[in-house]
Amino acid sequence: MSKYQDIAKQGLWSNNPGLVQLLGLCPLLAVTATITNALGLGVATLIVLVGSNILVSLVRDFVPKEIRIPVFVMIIAALVTCVQLLVNAYAYGLYLSLGIFLPLIVTNCVIIGRAEAFASRNSLAHSAFDGLMMGLGFTAVLVVLGATREVLGQGTLFDGADLLLGDWAKSLTIHLWQVDNAFLLALLPPGAFIAMGLLIALKNVIDLKMKQRQPQMPTQIVERARITKVS
Amino acid sequence: MAFKIASSPHVGNTLQTAKVMQRVALCLLPGIAAQLYFFGFGTLFQIAIAVITAYAAEAVILAMRNRPIKSTLADNSALVTALLLAIAIPPLAPWWIIVIGTLFSIIIVKHLYGGLGNNLFNPAMAGYVLLLISFPVQMTDWVSPMSAAQQSVTLSYAWQVVFDSASDILLAGHNLAIDGTTMATPLDTLKTDLSMGITTHESLAKPIFSGMAGLGWFEVNFAFLIGGLIMLKLKVIRWQISVGILSALFLCSSFGFLLNPDTHVSPIMHLFSGGTMLAAFFIATDPVTAATSARGRIIFGAMIGVLIYVIRTFGGYPDAVAFAVLLANMCAPFIDHYVRPRAYGHRSGS
Repeated sequence: MSKYQDIAKQGLWSNNPGLVQLLGLCPLLAVTATITNALGLGVATLIVLVGSNILVSLVRDFVPKEIRIPVFVMIIAALVTCVQLLVNAYAYGLYLSLGIFLPLIVTNCVIIGRAEAFASRNSLAHSAFDGLMMGLGFTAVLVVLGATREVLGQGTLFDGADLLLGDWAKSLTIHLWQVDNAFLLALLPPGAFIAMGLLIALKNVIDLKMKQRQPQMPTQIVERARITKVS
Repeated sequence: MAFKIASSPHVGNTLQTAKVMQRVALCLLPGIAAQLYFFGFGTLFQIAIAVITAYAAEAVILAMRNRPIKSTLADNSALVTALLLAIAIPPLAPWWIIVIGTLFSIIIVKHLYGGLGNNLFNPAMAGYVLLLISFPVQMTDWVSPMSAAQQSVTLSYAWQVVFDSASDILLAGHNLAIDGTTMATPLDTLKTDLSMGITTHESLAKPIFSGMAGLGWFEVNFAFLIGGLIMLKLKVIRWQISVGILSALFLCSSFGFLLNPDTHVSPIMHLFSGGTMLAAFFIATDPVTAATSARGRIIFGAMIGVLIYVIRTFGGYPDAVAFAVLLANMCAPFIDHYVRPRAYGHRSGS
């Protein structure tokens, strides 16, 4: 398995920031009431993550070890400010509906975590790819959670997609069924916690099944004679 | 001859889970009867739906978990959960309400935590809270109480409302015929009135408050009190939790009432309205989710009593029983950790 395949597997599945590392839970649970919000925040996080990984990887040889964290945080904050201004300019509706969680990407542990654990030790290309894969993994979890909650809560998909993509996207909204009484729990934070728990359980079940399906390698038991003296 | 050597405990208890649960269910009957008498036959359908759903869900999930199905179903614990939830929700709520609540209680709250004996929260109350925060409109529309002679909620009428999908629209208040039969509960009415600046004295003059604590509600609570006392007599439950809840609630509400009778209602109203008696004897006494030692149970009960008063008086929801029980459930392991009974031969505190 090449390095890139390994990075992709880590980011998308086996070390997924949402399902395995459980990082960035605050935005994960707060903004996933609809798929549009989830996608918006996911893409914003993805851009920041790739950018910060690239920059951190570039400066990693020039930053003294003692002050690396403040430097990383400043890089991330600068990138988040860029993204926030871009969203404010080009997707104002989304900017309003994401609210405080857009600037709060600064404090998202996924980003500082990848900067510290990966980008500060690896080459530029690897770091950029890692940022992309981790971002995609995080976005995927956000979207699945957002879709589940939106379908359960209001029976629609892509409600408010025009906030993200412009007026033409109004027709994207799919009404799966008419709900007279919104299932409020799915839209409220407790529902997000329950849905998140079920998603993690689902991932564990899939992992277990995959492991069972793999042929059992007979483990070789090595009997070793004691060669040191028992004192 | 051979001496049989057995380790302690030497005095056995023959009361099995199934027996205990069966007695709890039987002791609920007076309260259920009173509820049928004053609030019509809707509760009957709610109980039927809840019991069927609970047993079906339990059987399916036991099969998935590779557990013995028949013996576990026979322990009656699903029956008690279903009964408590069915009693707690409004009698004329549409059928899918109780189905969602029961499924959540059994599958998520009970079996995902490991089944009976491992659940952290009281299943029935967690299901109730789920329904209350998800469907506030349906969950706060109670049937107007009336005596059986003028009872308008007959069997066929209840069937129609509970199973007719059009009842959603009816309950939302678009139909005049049904507006006469549903209304807010006394506690809910009181809360709304107080928020509008009406004093309790003026509010209590409304016809809904005829009788000692609201027509029908006093009698239903009294019936649950009788059922609870029978359980005490049968030693199905211990007295500590019930006494803790009722005395703490009485003390708090007396204090508030003496301090400012214009904005606080009398202790009688607190004790005999809403779900107080049901909670004190049937819900909080669930042995799995309560504290275990005698002193711990008094603290556990008192905590629920205080919480019921605080949430009813200062909170946003009409009744507080479910929230109080769940919050106390969370504290039960903590209480058990700090309140340990003195072991024989050891000094207290060591």
